[in-house]
Order: sequence, then C-alpha cells, then structure tokens
Amino acid sequence: MDYHSPASFAEASALAANATGITRFLAGGTDVLVQMRADIVTPDTLIDIKKIDGVRDITRNDDGSWTIGVAVTGAEMSEHPELGRDWPGVVEAMDLIGSTQVQGRATLTGNLCNASPAADSVPAMVAAGVTVTVTGPNGDREVPVEQIPTAPGRTSLAKGELISALHIPARGENGGDAYLRFIPRTEMDIAVVGCGVNLRIDGDTITEARVSLGAVAPTVLLVEDCARAIIGTKLDEAALEALAAAASAACNPINDKRGTIEFRTEVAGVLAKRAARIAYARAKGEKA
Amino acid sequence: MALDDRKTDFKFVGTRPDRPDGLDKVTGRAKFGADMYAPGMLHGAILRSPHAHARIVKIDTSKAEALKDVKAVVTRADFSDEVEFKPGLEGEFWNVLENVMAGEKALYDGHAVAAVAATSALAARDALKLIEVEYEVLPHVTDVDKAMEPDAPVIREGAADYSVPEGMHPNVVRYHESGHGDVEAGFAEADLVIEDHFDTEATHQGYIEPHACLAMLGNDGKGELWCCTQGHWIVQKTCAALLGIETSQLRVTASEIGGGFGGKTTVFIEPVALALSRKANRPVKLVMSRSEVFRATGPTASASMDVKIGMKKDGTITAAQGVFRLQGGAFPGAPGDFTAMCAFAPYNLTNVRQVGYDVMTNRPKQAAYRAPGAPMGAFAVESVIDELCNQLGLDPIDVRLKNAAREGTKASYGPRYPRIGLVETLEAAKAHPHYSAPLKPGQGRGISCGFWFNHGGETSVSLALSEDGSAQVMVGTPDIGGSRASMALMAAEVLGIPYENIRVTVADTATLGYNDVSHGSRVTYASGLATIKAAQNAVEKLCERAAAKWGIPVDAVKWENGCAVPSGPNAGDFDPLPIAEITADMGRTGGPISGHFEATPEGAGVSFGTHIVDAEVDRETGKTTITRYTVIQDAGKAIHPTYVEGQFQGGAAQGIGWALNEEYIYGEDGRLQNAVFLDYRIPVASDLPMIDTVIVEVPNPGHPFGVRGVGETGIVPPLAAIANAVSNAAGVRMRQLPMSPPRVLAALKGDG
Repeated sequence: MDYHSPASFAEASALAANATGITRFLAGGTDVLVQMRADIVTPDTLIDIKKIDGVRDITRNDDGSWTIGVAVTGAEMSEHPELGRDWPGVVEAMDLIGSTQVQGRATLTGNLCNASPAADSVPAMVAAGVTVTVTGPNGDREVPVEQIPTAPGRTSLAKGELISALHIPARGENGGDAYLRFIPRTEMDIAVVGCGVNLRIDGDTITEARVSLGAVAPTVLLVEDCARAIIGTKLDEAALEALAAAASAACNPINDKRGTIEFRTEVAGVLAKRAARIAYARAKGEKA
Repeated sequence: MALDDRKTDFKFVGTRPDRPDGLDKVTGRAKFGADMYAPGMLHGAILRSPHAHARIVKIDTSKAEALKDVKAVVTRADFSDEVEFKPGLEGEFWNVLENVMAGEKALYDGHAVAAVAATSALAARDALKLIEVEYEVLPHVTDVDKAMEPDAPVIREGAADYSVPEGMHPNVVRYHESGHGDVEAGFAEADLVIEDHFDTEATHQGYIEPHACLAMLGNDGKGELWCCTQGHWIVQKTCAALLGIETSQLRVTASEIGGGFGGKTTVFIEPVALALSRKANRPVKLVMSRSEVFRATGPTASASMDVKIGMKKDGTITAAQGVFRLQGGAFPGAPGDFTAMCAFAPYNLTNVRQVGYDVMTNRPKQAAYRAPGAPMGAFAVESVIDELCNQLGLDPIDVRLKNAAREGTKASYGPRYPRIGLVETLEAAKAHPHYSAPLKPGQGRGISCGFWFNHGGETSVSLALSEDGSAQVMVGTPDIGGSRASMALMAAEVLGIPYENIRVTVADTATLGYNDVSHGSRVTYASGLATIKAAQNAVEKLCERAAAKWGIPVDAVKWENGCAVPSGPNAGDFDPLPIAEITADMGRTGGPISGHFEATPEGAGVSFGTHIVDAEVDRETGKTTITRYTVIQDAGKAIHPTYVEGQFQGGAAQGIGWALNEEYIYGEDGRLQNAVFLDYRIPVASDLPMIDTVIVEVPNPGHPFGVRGVGETGIVPPLAAIANAVSNAAGVRMRQLPMSPPRVLAALKGDG
C-alpha cells in the first residue's frame, strides 16, 4: 500500500489519476480506516488530503455564504460560533454522526463521498443547497451535492477527481433548516429514515423550500413534490399532510435489517412533518 | 444444607468499600484476554464457513502453508482420531470439538473450518484467503418452528436422546415434560381462559471483551493457556480432552474478564490456538473480532411458545399450561427444560403442565445467557397473566400476591420451596412510590415476576495468612460481578481484620483444586461459603496457637474482632492476642497458617424478583422509550450492596435491549445479517432511565450469612414487564420480541 500526503489538490488529483488498483482518499478516516481494519477494502493507494493548506478552515465569504474545508470535523462545525446560527440543520445533522471520538475526525466531505443513502449530513446538505468544488485532471467544476452519490457506495467522481471544498449558500433573511433522522436508539446509530428541510418565509407564508430524504432510496433524494406541498402555505395541517404524503410517495426503500418498506415509507412522512415544523419555527426566529 | 452457625449481625458484610480491581481497570493496568504476550508469539486467525449448511468436500491449505510467514495451518484433521495423541471423543466433548472446528459439514454461517498461525495478525488474515474450501451447499433452516416441520433439512441424524417422543423430526433432540394436577379440570373451573402464542428472537450476551487467548503447547503434552473465561477448570478439562493430553499437564490461567454473562462458560478458540501452537511449536495468540463473536460464539436460544392460563374472577389461577420450543443452533443444548421449569415457578398452582423442546437449526451453538431459558418463558406467562388482569379488571400485583409461591409451596417443577422471598418482593413493589406514580398520556406500566434456581457447584478455596496478619484468599471463580470484593468482605467478617488487609486472587488451575464455572449465580454463594469456611479453618488454627501459648485447652479460646481471647472467665485471664502477633511467630509455633475448604454446596437457594416498568410509545413511529424502571429482588443477604444493585441494574439494562431492539437477523441465505454492534442494537447509556433498585433480604438458610445469588434473576422479569408496559401504552398486545419500532408501528396500524 502506498501512502501519500500531497500539498495541493492538483497534486492529489494527479496522484489518483496515475494510481493503479484501488485508491482511497483519507480525510478523517472514519469510514476508510474502519473498512481497512474490517478487511472490507485494502487500498493500493491511500492519499491523505489533511495536509493540504486550508482544509481545516471554516470561512464565511463576503456574500454571506460559507466555504467548508474538506477536513473540517464535525466537532469543529459544532463548536463554530456562527455556522450553526445560519445552518443549524446542517450542523446538527453532522453532529448526529457517531461518538464524541468520531466527531473529532469525521468530515462532511467524507460522509458525502462514502455514498451511503443513510448518511446523515447529506439530506441536510441537499436541503440547504450545498455545492462542492470537484478538482480533477481537467481543472475544477462546481457540482450540487445531490449529484455526487449515484448508488450505495458509488459517486459520480471520475478517476483522478476529488472534492476540494464545500460551499453552503448564504442563509439570507427569514430562512430556517432542520434535519431529523429516525433511529431505534437515542444515539450511536444509523438512520433508518432521514429528512432535511430548508425553507424561507415571507410573513407566515413559505416562499421557498427544499426537502430531502435519506435511507429511503439508493441515493439521498431531493423531493420537489414535498417542496411544492408546502410552498405558498403557512404550514397548516393540510400542508403538513400533503408534505407527508409527498414524502411517503417519493420513497423507494428496501426491506432490510434496519427497517421495512412499510415502516420507512410511513416514517418518512412523519419526519418530514416534524422537520418542517422545526425549520418553519427557525425561519420565524423562534428557538427550535 | 441447613446451617446452624448462621450470622445475622455484621461488621463488614453489607458495607460498600472500593472495589479491589478498580484502580487496575481505570488505569488500563488490568490484563484482559488479548493483553498477554510471549516471546516468539504467533498470531492465529480462523477461516469460517460462509454457508449456513454445507458439506465440506475438500480443503486445500497448500498455498497458505507455502507462505514464509505462516508457521502452522490446522483443520479438523489435526483433531482427528488418526492422530496418535487423540483418543475418540464422546458426548458433549464431541459436540464442542465439532463446534470449534467443523468436521464433515459446516453447520452454520461462521462455523470454523480451518485456522492459521503466522508471524503477524495481518499475515494470518491474508493467509486465510489462500485456503481453498470446496463446499456442497445443503438446504438450511434457521427458524425453530420450521426446523420442526416434517420437510425440514436434518441438521444431524441421531442427535436426539431417549427423552424425545417417537415421530418427532430428528431436529428435536431433547424433550421435557413436568407438572402436577389436572389442567383440563382446572381450565373448566376458570371464569376466563386466555391462550396465546409468543416468539422471542436469539440475542447475544454482548460482552464488551471478545474472546481472546494465548496458548502454548509442546509436543511433550505440557501446555499453558491464558484466556478470558468464566471458568478455567472447564477450559482445562475440555481442551485436554479435545487435544488428547492429560488434564493436569495443561495449566490454565483466567485473565481479567470484560463481561461473560454465561457466554464464556465454554470454549471456542482455545483448542484451536493450542492445536496451532502444538503444530508450530510456538506460542499462539488468537483474538476474535466482534463479527466472529456474533457469528460463532454462543447467543441465546430463540423461542416459540404457547401459553394457556385460566383465572377466576377473584384472580385465582385455576390452571396453567405451556409449550416452549427453543432453538439452540446446530447442537443439542437449548434450555427448553429450564424454560418449562421456570415459566410458572413463581406461582402456587394446583394444576400445571409444561413441555419444553430442544430444537437444532443451522445457527451457532447457543450458550448460557443469565438464567438461560427463563426470560423467554416469563415473557409468555407474565404477558398472559397481564392480559387476564386487564380483562378481569384486577390489579396485577394483587393477582400475583394471591397466587404467589411461599415456603412449603409445591413448585411447578416439583420440589417444595424452603423459605423464599417472592411475597416480600411483591409487597415491596406495591409499596414503592413508582407503583402509585401517575402515568402521562401515551405511557403504560408493566409488572412481572421472575424466578431462577441458582446453583452451588464444585468449589475450592484456600486462604493463607501472612506474617503481618494480612490474608490472601485464593478462589477459583473468575470475578465477573465483583466477587473479589465480596470474598474479602466475608473473609474480613470471619477473621475480624479490615477489608483492605485481604487480597483475593483468582488462582490458576495449577494452584487450587477444581472449581466449577462462574455461572448459576453461584460465586457469592458457593465461593463465599467456601471462603467463610476456609477463614473459619484458619481461625481454628489461630486459636490453637493461642491456646498453646497460654497453656489452656483450645476449646477455652474463642476468636473476637481479630484476636484470640479466653472463651470465658474460667478459661484464664489473658489479654486479647491479635492475629498479627500470632502470625508473626507462626514459623516457630507450628508453621504457616492456612485455611482450606472444598465442597459442592447444595443450598444455593432459589431467587425471585419483581420489576416495575413505565414505557412511552411514539404512536407515529412505534418507538418505545423506557421512562422509569424499578427492580425489586431478594438477595438473601447483600454482601456488597453496590454490586448487588449493579447486578439488578445490569439485568434490567440487558433485558431492555432484548425486549426492544436486540435480535439475530438471518437472511434467506441463512447468513447472519447484523454481526456488528451498529446493527445488533444493544442499548446505549442514553437509552436507559436511572434504574432504581430495592434489595429485599430474606436470608437463604443454605448460606452462613444468608446469601442468595443475584446474578441471573434480574434478567428474567424485564422482557415481560417491558412487553406489558408497551402493550398497555400502545393498547395492543405485543407477542413477539424484539418490540422494534417497525413491529410496534405495524401492530398499532393493525389495531387502528
């Protein structure tokens, strides 16, 4: 196994492009190292991207948007004084992952590139409209988060490509986001269903919304029918029921050890309603 | 045995001193199974069957053996009858051998088929990939009811014993039937009869420390084995038999143990490590991964049960009947008999009948898990009693009190009870503020009683006094529940010296006589009894030395507060002679002073508990939260009350896991789907409420200080108590465990 710690993303990209066999990028390592120890994957090339300048930075840009370095940990996001005020749903989703120890290592980028449909941070990022910069042999491109995973364990990243930064939009006025997941326990578990909601209001009326579901399909879903069900409403009971119905209708889950098709379909609607209420309250400036 | 020298007032017993192993454990100094190293040590790894049931056509180990780093490869051939040092095996030894290394067939997903010893753990792991095994995959069955159907695949012909009635499927290997009275007449007398079917899934003990050992065995037949186990004499006996060496030539030392709960009462990797070591002529360390622990150690049995109970309007049970089918994996041993015997044991019944089946499937060989078999039966029986109370409008504690077994009651499984404490636990439950606390909307409360036999077992203890008057106690029962603290307290009580002046060691097989495993809630009872007797034996010798010094008869000397004193005014006028003054001179006054005791004590004393549980059910998701939990159990006499409370709380915590989320999940292919802690969901700390405890003390007449074992009874009531709470909260009877959110939500939907 070859281990590299390049000083730039261009160098990392070149290393990956020229590598043979199995290549893995190493940031927090909370997936890669576990998979190596469990004999699930033994990479031929391991490219550690933690030593590239700026990868641990959380930056608020002049336009109010945020740039998150690819090695920023969950703990660093949770401890940031302002990020969670703008995007509590994204920060809380990341914070749900693993233990305190894992929070000291795990990253948004790693959670995204692991391409699990049950990844907690991904529905929250999709709802928030997060984009990523993909660096590859042909330079950089900007890609919405929802276009990165293509199937469980698979991404749209080509050989030699890697994510070099994440961008969260400016929060703007009267907006709120929330992420909820269902697990049978209280922590240290994996989502059976996850739901991210991000919305903006004008007065009491929802003017913009993005709703995303996790663990109910091969990839995280951005469900436009859910958004349509609540845009233009004051999130009254009828809107919530329409939201739940749209969420359930969007589900394409499997029966497995973590839950049944019926359960996931039903609970997707329940979580959509609950997350929407929290996001709505946050948009109104209420504590939730 | 009845004892006439029972003590009732105590100086040390009943206090809560610091645990003697505490500093070692919080500083990492304690040595567990994987913490031992030896010069020249190799690392072992085991190749396991990916198939639930397959004939092993051929194993080719040549490519693995050709690797430079590989020093030994073993298969079943290395244990076979053709090997000169290996006589034929019979009975349970044969079953254990078949389990630790597959013979003609792989019998479950995870069954060991070969093993490698190499110079590093990574090299051993990679060498396994070079072993080529040709399998002929056979039909499999993992469900207990399906395994009993006529067309079920046969796991092994001829495994059934004489107890099984004719005409049953060969997978039914043991049968138990007991009871008394006329159940049909009893049902006819009832105002309400409820019969229902219940299922529980297999669970794992979930001990945090995976099995680990370091083995050394030479071709001279002499060996050393370090391992984490609940009983190193059974390891010694079993490994010696499987490897064809003399028992006494294998010295086994028990490491510190990171949990066992019954699952470490047999062997899995130890004979394999010894075989590798013998072949490589080097020490071999073997450490299981968590996945191996789930796939290839001993989870509980799963159960399919039918229970029928008749009750009068006043709450009197007129008859009770149960059929309990237990699936115990690919070998005989599922505790269908224990389930049947314990199911109705809390009640004074005129008419009772119980049947238990031990059924084989293509799953790992079940092992003990705290009160093996009892929790499942209690779940079924106590659920039916709860439903009868609900339908007849009766208070569940009053009904249990009305029918409770007392001293002299003929137990459902045969004998008459001596003094027992069930009624006292029920009365304490009724008086507890928890029972009268108001419930919030969406919450329900559940009650259950539970019973366990408890056990005595072969026990040896030695106690040696040092010159400074301190004492070292050697016990042979690995400390899985704070027994070193309890032994020190009991020895302190007899010797009259401080707890801190006593060091208790778990001795190895070469330095103490035979000891049965730390199981059956027996350690505080049996090793405790032996410690008391060994200390008394030393005290007799101390009194002899004092008598000689004073020139008076030994019966004129008694032992008080750590000193020899004249037994009365007529014995003479001598100042008290402290222990340290006697031991300081012991080399010159007759030699070192020790105390010993060996016995198989028979008075373990059965144990009862009553649990109260509040549960809240989220009607939209089916998720259950346990909001309040109270354990009330008879400890006879609590030697170290903090440890007793810990046992109570641990039983409840494990019961909550078993009731709500833990389960072995098999796919259509017969493979275990959830062999990691992520998907085998034991409760995390934040899942649990503070578990309140009440220690009831109804002394056991069979122990000098009144001890009843407390390690197992605590896991008997939780499944039923939680199921009753959830059922009452949800408004629908939950008959299948675990009550996972998908199952509860489906039940709620079916009800609506």
